[in-house]
Amino acid sequence: MEFIVSALDYLLGIPFLGWGENIGFIYKGLLLLVALLIFIAFILLADRKIWAAVQMRRGPNVVGPLGLFQSFADLLKFVFKEPTIPASSDKFLFLLAPFITVMLALAAWAVIPLDYGLALADINVGILYILAISSLSVYGIIIGGWASNSKYPFLSALRSAAQMVSYEVSIGFVIVTVLLLVGSLNLTDIVIAQSEMGLAYMLGVPWMNFLNWFWLPLFPMFVIFFISLLAETNRPPFDLPEAESELVAGFMVEYGSTPYMMYMLGEYVSIVLMCALTVILFMGGWAAPLEIAPFTWVPGMVWFIVKVGMVFFMVSIVKAFVPRYRYDQLMRLGWKVFLPISIFMIFVVALVLQLTGWGWHGGLA
Amino acid sequence: MADNSMRTFNINFGPQHPAAHGVLRMIVELDGEVVERVDPHIGLLHRGTEKLIEQKTYLQAVPYFDRLDYVAPMNQEHAYALAVENMLGIKVPMRGQLIRVLYSEIGRILSHMLNITTQALDVGALTPPVWGFEQREILMVFYERACGSRMHAAYIRPGGVHQDLPQELIDDIEAFCDPFLKVCDDIETLLTGNRIFKQRNVDIGTVSLEDAWKWGFSGVMVRGSGAKWDLRKSQPYECYERLDFDIPVGKNGDNYDRYLIRMEEMRQSTKIMRQCIDLLNSSEGKTAVSSSDGKIVPPKRDDMNSSMEALIHHFKLFSEGYKVPKGEIYTAIEAPKGEFGVYLISDGSNKPYRCKVKPPSYAHLSAMDFLSRGYMLADVAAILGSLDIVFGEIDR
Repeated sequence: MEFIVSALDYLLGIPFLGWGENIGFIYKGLLLLVALLIFIAFILLADRKIWAAVQMRRGPNVVGPLGLFQSFADLLKFVFKEPTIPASSDKFLFLLAPFITVMLALAAWAVIPLDYGLALADINVGILYILAISSLSVYGIIIGGWASNSKYPFLSALRSAAQMVSYEVSIGFVIVTVLLLVGSLNLTDIVIAQSEMGLAYMLGVPWMNFLNWFWLPLFPMFVIFFISLLAETNRPPFDLPEAESELVAGFMVEYGSTPYMMYMLGEYVSIVLMCALTVILFMGGWAAPLEIAPFTWVPGMVWFIVKVGMVFFMVSIVKAFVPRYRYDQLMRLGWKVFLPISIFMIFVVALVLQLTGWGWHGGLA
Repeated sequence: MADNSMRTFNINFGPQHPAAHGVLRMIVELDGEVVERVDPHIGLLHRGTEKLIEQKTYLQAVPYFDRLDYVAPMNQEHAYALAVENMLGIKVPMRGQLIRVLYSEIGRILSHMLNITTQALDVGALTPPVWGFEQREILMVFYERACGSRMHAAYIRPGGVHQDLPQELIDDIEAFCDPFLKVCDDIETLLTGNRIFKQRNVDIGTVSLEDAWKWGFSGVMVRGSGAKWDLRKSQPYECYERLDFDIPVGKNGDNYDRYLIRMEEMRQSTKIMRQCIDLLNSSEGKTAVSSSDGKIVPPKRDDMNSSMEALIHHFKLFSEGYKVPKGEIYTAIEAPKGEFGVYLISDGSNKPYRCKVKPPSYAHLSAMDFLSRGYMLADVAAILGSLDIVFGEIDR
């Protein structure tokens, strides 16, 4: 009985009304979800606007001022369209696949700390949790491609399985180098560690926080992580699963209306997730770039969002400039370039840490 | 038994495919991602052009040529006009020739710009097409200002061109040249040195010179393989022999060389356009725009108001048309895509007895299987883009 009460309190408590002692987990989750989806709506618009700017177009500019409500108009359009399900498809799996994609992409956000102590679940294996969830997300594409029972989606599912597995490996090794420095799997620890050691301390200017962050000591890893991020989220130049000029729209060929929107949503949620992960691992999370007056007044969450926006800008601009890799070239890059470099870097980082005794010694360890 | 259990993965590439360049349908047999066989199917855009031309007078046949390679319409008209003029033995005045060459080169830029940028699109670069199409838009307005239509011009007609260009248009075309070269440079910064673009194009779709001749290639497809073969130089028509331009030639015969050649040809075309404009502005270029020989060009509106003969000629030209002496002729021009030929047979009447069109894309498409075999699926799109195919002229 007591367990049920405490569980209800944990999930549904509203202290102001006298129900329990904690603010319910469900409310926090909903708040994060809504905030995230609204953020994604504008990120989508930003993506299209940046792309348009590179191409000397105006981009969406009709719905609302500067087209700000374009994503919401698109949402309505997709929702009110009739979903078409191919007769030869496996209907259950066909509809399940987009849900898997979007659910997994959203689930990973549970452990992302937006500010100090502002994570839905500040678990001590946060980074492992994210790796696990993002490894699962390939299922959304494989199932969708398979259940469509169509040739282009099938090819696309094969490609995406191989691609996501390949780049997951190098992402994993890149993360290992960060973990070597930090000594903790907790995302909050990773962010704090970046502000408590590094080049700025060595130079005697500890307020120049941005020099402390891991992008500097682990610069090659930062680059590899960014490129693997593109591959992991199927962004150009690695958008082979949906390569327009070869596979038309890849696994999404047979999808329309709301299921299609779920795929798009899932894709952008995971892009922003990977951007957030880049910020946490390499760019100091919520920390201000300079630990002096006007910068420290800004709340940490704002810094976090600004940094995510910066990484997303890079992701977005890459799309506008690069052609697409061919399948074998993609594999070669993943296995023959990134994997050896990241393994080599693990040894280098471990060796340096062992010889100099550098590294973070706080946190859980 | 073991053989029976394996089968290739066949996909239907087109006709509704974003990289099919029109209405091409290809059956692609795949072993994984590797292409085993490509079987292009044609005919989805067949309109019976050649047969229709037999039913029309020589003048009425002109607009059909716009609809062959609709990417560079006037070049086709040019070939047809030359064929008819050769049969009639008519020489076009200098200004007419210059305008024809000017607009043929505009057509070349239109075509190459489309091809280069869509080749980039085929390998996944999304920005060059938008940059390139802005320039095409300007050029199409030049088409429109010359003849009233953006694409289906019916401007280059047997005997000359339909009407003279206003001086402002000539000035505007001149003003277009320099900024256009800058845009070419911009597009090159996106593509030429781009590692991914090179990886996707270098040594892809390679064709040796020997094979290129065997498959009946022409234009950029043979120049990419190293032949310095351009009809504008090797058998000059119009005033090309007086103009100074270079023929870029490739070495390896791969997609990348063909891309580079097209890029350079656009610059050379700009050079030709400039020379044409200079000549048009000189005293030499102040002649009539069409030939008064042989009564094939309609009289001026002013003359028709005062001269009964002019009115009669006008009526006869637009009802019965003109008769072309009995005989046959093959005339070819260097169209943007290669050698575009017109084979005309006349039985002495006012309609062609037979008009056979020789489109360059047809030969290029026929080699699709030969070119793509053993490459990967993604290369099929890249090779197809590099062949520069337009279905208007293949299916006719």
